[in-house]
Amino acid sequence: MGEELVRSDNEPGRPLVVLDGVDKHFGSLHVLKDINLTVHAGEVVVVIGPSGSGKSTLCRVINRLETIDSGSITLDGQELPKEGRDLARLRADVGMVFQSFNLFAHKTILENITLGPTRVRKVDAKRARQEAMALLERVGVAAQAEKYPAQLSGGQQQRVAIARALAMNPKVMLFDEPTSALDPEMINEVLDVMTGLARDGMTMVVVTHEMGFARRAANRVVFMADGEIVEENAPEHFFTNPQSHRAQDFLSKILTN
Amino acid sequence: MDAITDNLDLFVSGYWTSLKICLIALVGSLVLGTIIAACRVSPVAPLRWIGATWVNMIRNAPLTVLLFFFAFGLPEIGVLGSYWVFGVSALIIYTSAFVCEALRAGINSVSSGQAEAARAIGLPFGATLREVILPQAFRTSIPPLGSVLIAMFKNSAVLGAFGVGGDLFSVSDTLTSARGYAATPVLLGVAVGYLLITLPAGALLALLERKTAILR
Ligand SMILES: Nc1ncnc2c1ncn2[C@@H]1O[C@H](COP(=O)(O)OP(=O)(O)OP(=O)(O)O)[C@@H](O)[C@H]1O
Ligand SMILES: [Mg+2]
Repeated sequence: MGEELVRSDNEPGRPLVVLDGVDKHFGSLHVLKDINLTVHAGEVVVVIGPSGSGKSTLCRVINRLETIDSGSITLDGQELPKEGRDLARLRADVGMVFQSFNLFAHKTILENITLGPTRVRKVDAKRARQEAMALLERVGVAAQAEKYPAQLSGGQQQRVAIARALAMNPKVMLFDEPTSALDPEMINEVLDVMTGLARDGMTMVVVTHEMGFARRAANRVVFMADGEIVEENAPEHFFTNPQSHRAQDFLSKILTN
Repeated sequence: MDAITDNLDLFVSGYWTSLKICLIALVGSLVLGTIIAACRVSPVAPLRWIGATWVNMIRNAPLTVLLFFFAFGLPEIGVLGSYWVFGVSALIIYTSAFVCEALRAGINSVSSGQAEAARAIGLPFGATLREVILPQAFRTSIPPLGSVLIAMFKNSAVLGAFGVGGDLFSVSDTLTSARGYAATPVLLGVAVGYLLITLPAGALLALLERKTAILR
């Protein structure tokens, strides 16, 4: 698998995403409470926690799909711009994969991938197509390049969505429950792609309840409850020996299912 | 039927003039309506405010009042031009408010995830709208847009009544009042002329709707 997917400027270990004292409300609901989190280059962080604990919101503030009330978020040392072109440029460096895929319904698979590189990175059309085909090859859906999203299975769509994000050559990838809208038999094909990415050194923040993936690929598990980071630990410690009551309680619930 | 056969050339030239007015107003109102719709969904609050005000003012004024304003109000404040330009401009501005709302209905029908995915790969607002939202919104907008445009074609008759001259409706005026023909056959001829504009337009829209069908 290609190291070319991970940027050469991605010197491992340096702080890439830094959230410092981040607070966020939806109306009177306090969804992120004083969040401090640093994700280093090459690190894979799995975010886990009960429904409504703020995991998606945490993901979404990192590329400013949601604004924050206070605190600061920096990406590779740069504070997130407020609006406009600067923000767009920053978002191009942050790949995002959604639970519901969100492929562009009116564009072919290939066009889904080339849109960003051609419009944002100004890569010429021919090169963008070649690189897109290589990415589709890598995630195993090259044969579907000329089809439309609705003609693909959920697992294939999600792999295309990963390829679309990778095509921007991002510094970090955010995944918000990438497998929870999938039929069980399709979950592994997506997790395999993600595991491959993690091995190649991609910096990743992954909201997921797939513990197999967390154990295999994560450097760290962050447990959230009620908008707070309650516990952070290496996966082997977190899953076998959770410290907080909330984590113990949560794990006992998802383990019995 | 003499009224029509005797004056066929007049009807034909009236038809072409009306068609020309309609086509110019069609392009103009689509362009202007799209710009206003873009304002209404823009992240910039003042633009949203301008868009909403535009729609609410224009949509709630009768077309004839707007025409009066253009034809008589503007010259008073020193803006001069032909009835033709004023008439067509008024029609474009009037229709743009309805085009905007038809487009906005389409924009709202596109799932928010589409815009989020576009923003997430770094597309700025304009490109997100052009590349991702509008192409999908357009499909849903075609039926209401069709009604708006057909209403606009028919509204263009008011321009004739206003003295823009040479269009289908003024033909009827010329023939009945100046040359003394009976009104019924003349108006029937005019009605057929408008049908020859609106029916093909309707067929074209239906075709467009099929062509732009998107799998979801
Ligand atoms: N746009 C919004 N407006 C208002 N409230 C919101 C909005 N988005 C999320 N919330 C609320 O904020 C809280 C945190 O939501 P969030 O989606 O981040 O949780 P989550 O941990 O991702 O949950 P899940 O596991 O269900 O996806 C929830 O109570 C949710 O209802
Ligand atoms: Mg969520």
